[in-house]
Amino acid sequence: MGFFDFLKKESNQKGSKSIAKDRLKLVLVHDRASMSPEVLEALRKEIIQVISKYVDVDNNNIEVELNDNNNQATLVANIPINEIKRKRNV
Amino acid sequence: MGEVIVITSGKGGVGKTTTTANIGTALAKIDKKVVLVDTDIGLRNLDVVLGLENRIVYDIVDVVKGHCRLNQALIKDKRLEGLFLLPAAQTKDKNAVTEEEIKKLTEDLKEKFDYVIMDCPAGIEQGFKNAIIGADRAIVVATPEVSSVRDADRIIGLLEANEIPDTRLVINRLRPQMVKQGDMMDIEDIIDILSIKLIGVIPEDEFIIVSTNRGEPAVNNEDSMAGKAYMNTAKRIVGEEVPFLNLEVQEGLLDRFLKIFSK
Ligand SMILES: Nc1ncnc2c1ncn2[C@@H]1O[C@H](COP(=O)(O)OP(=O)(O)OP(=O)(O)O)[C@@H](O)[C@H]1O
Ligand SMILES: [Mg+2]
Repeated sequence: MGFFDFLKKESNQKGSKSIAKDRLKLVLVHDRASMSPEVLEALRKEIIQVISKYVDVDNNNIEVELNDNNNQATLVANIPINEIKRKRNV
Repeated sequence: MGEVIVITSGKGGVGKTTTTANIGTALAKIDKKVVLVDTDIGLRNLDVVLGLENRIVYDIVDVVKGHCRLNQALIKDKRLEGLFLLPAAQTKDKNAVTEEEIKKLTEDLKEKFDYVIMDCPAGIEQGFKNAIIGADRAIVVATPEVSSVRDADRIIGLLEANEIPDTRLVINRLRPQMVKQGDMMDIEDIIDILSIKLIGVIPEDEFIIVSTNRGEPAVNNEDSMAGKAYMNTAKRIVGEEVPFLNLEVQEGLLDRFLKIFSK
């Protein structure tokens, strides 16, 4: 590989523009919904409390996120339920 | 009856004052009667960008408090017949004036001028509220950077909440070479993210620094790319349809090398 191939490779690398765009879109989803990461964390904790009254959930793996769905902010919760045990009594 | 246009951005240092001086000068060059109002109380700057700093006797605070008549505080531009500056006060702070006082001031200025252009301070506090209170239209200035576009989004939201009917975007300091390399967000990316109409694209231009050194806005210079872009922006403000400048730069030396050696 010659010197100029090296230069070519460098200049063809994907620029930082798409990173900027993706990061910007995500911060704006939060800004526009006026929901900070702290608020989301508080929400996550309360969701755990409420749901664990009814089912046995995997507390450590609950995710609550704001997403950008075609410019519509959506709240997405992913709540894994622990294996439901079979009833042993007759 | 004239129109009040506020130039704002949220983030500091992105080019509000430069834009105000150049758009104002450009409007005066196309025979409009224009007053530029520096609302950045405590951080007066528009006077030096216009080269009028030696002529200030009274300022905006003197006017709204009734210490002088409006005409006494208006400073006439050195070159252009229809261009005036109402300077900010340097020794007071942004709370020295109220929204009601500025509203009244803009109404008085609208009687005398075709365009009243308000140079807004950075931030979203009292100074921002004062600057937008009498506005019929707003121009948001942003540079192609994450933090600037983010702040612009916040400002656009606040302008909507304040029911300012017409908000347009000026993208400043665009570097076509970096866009081409994929290292700077392009115009489409930004207007897509902000969902707002574009009114000007100003390239990064060293001449802006030279013109600020001299106190002569870049639109006065035929050879300045930024000056040309500001002139086009002013024409769009008065309703002319002007195509956006082709900011494609010439191929860099490296590109040419690569083309030769990759064959
Ligand atoms: N298109 C441009 N090309 C090169 N330099 C520029 C350009 N636009 C602005 N600048 C420079 O950027 C700096 C900040 O510009 P300016 O004072 O207009 O920003 P501002 O938004 O009014 O700042 P503040 O928020 O402090 O009021 C100045 O030094 C100016 O010369
Ligand atoms: Mg300024």
